[in-house]
Amino acid sequence: MKSYKFRQVIKENVGVNNPVFVQILGICSTLAVTNVLKNTIVMCAGLVFVTGLSNLTVSILRKYMPGRIRMMVETLIIAAYVIIVDVALKAFIPDISRQLGPYVGLIITNCIIMGRAEAFALANPPGLSLVDGLSSGLGYSYVLLIIAFLRELLGSGSIWGLRVLGEWWVNWNIMIMAPGAFFMLALFIWVVKGSFMKERPGAAPAAKPAAAGGKS
Amino acid sequence: MTEGLFAFGVFFAAIFTNNILLTNYLGMCSFLAVSKELKTSAGLGMAVIFVMTCTSAINWLVYHYVLVPYDIVYLRFIAFIIVIAAFVQLVEMVIERLSDALYAALGIFLPLITVNCAILGASLFMVIREYTFVSGLAYGAGSGIGWAIAIIAMAGIRAKLNVRSKVPFGLTGAGITLVIAGIMALAFMGFAGMITIT
Repeated sequence: MKSYKFRQVIKENVGVNNPVFVQILGICSTLAVTNVLKNTIVMCAGLVFVTGLSNLTVSILRKYMPGRIRMMVETLIIAAYVIIVDVALKAFIPDISRQLGPYVGLIITNCIIMGRAEAFALANPPGLSLVDGLSSGLGYSYVLLIIAFLRELLGSGSIWGLRVLGEWWVNWNIMIMAPGAFFMLALFIWVVKGSFMKERPGAAPAAKPAAAGGKS
Repeated sequence: MTEGLFAFGVFFAAIFTNNILLTNYLGMCSFLAVSKELKTSAGLGMAVIFVMTCTSAINWLVYHYVLVPYDIVYLRFIAFIIVIAAFVQLVEMVIERLSDALYAALGIFLPLITVNCAILGASLFMVIREYTFVSGLAYGAGSGIGWAIAIIAMAGIRAKLNVRSKVPFGLTGAGITLVIAGIMALAFMGFAGMITIT
């Protein structure tokens, strides 16, 4: 029974209710950090860490949090974990940390994390919440990795900084610039939605969950 | 370059060449969700301009007079997000008291703004690029205006799109909005080279 629940949660977050291409959350960083595969991996690891642990913490504290200030408490919990990630990145991989710039800090306002905390962790036990956080982080990560792979391949002819396409390849500069990111994500959503979601029309362009709760 | 001129350059660059939405991808969530109607987008745009200008000024002061002297720069994320949340709450209360018309126009958008990553992003960029107070203020105002221009233009385009075009099922909603945003980003790249600011 219990493992069934866990599997259900993972399936939801990675597939049917994927945060990026179904709920359209956390798009900022999806577009911003996907020009080079290396940065994307670091960003994804940071995000998985933060979603998992902030979901766990929110869930543990859920009975002690007054309803009116819960948004603020959640934000502070998330911010604390993001600071851990930021300090760790600065210490161990300073040059990637510099390239990511403000986007590590912007994990705080990434709607996926807030959304999971609001929608899931507030109503479920810690173990399940941790799994939910980790799996929605993974659902986000694999989409980013696919996009980053394609953008780096087409934009610089390389993967992980190694040139894989020969001299004949002319780089599509547009792919590493801003418009390329928009087109790539749109294409991705088109392919996924067009081929897998025929039977569920109007599959929830969900409004930001934080929006409703914020007005307390 | 003199200080005033530099600030003007930053202001201009933030609107056109380094548009916070179209080149730094910040504030995409509300951009995709709220850009369905022209009137709502205009309201949100105005609220973002106002909040972004004020919070970048406050955050500059907090960063340079509190965080740096006490050597607690690593706490900047928490400090900034608290400043933003508190400021938004305060503005909401003041507007509610002072003017019903203004509250009806902006009030409902203010809570949305606390979680808008563009606001936090503008403050973080300002700190990373080490702007002075005046250019930081100019950057905040310029980014807000740039964001508002982008969302209003998008709402106009989407209104037209609803009337007369057949979008394939897979692209409806977010997909087509992203394609339009991409084309808009291409158009804004036309401004590149007019002014460069890092």
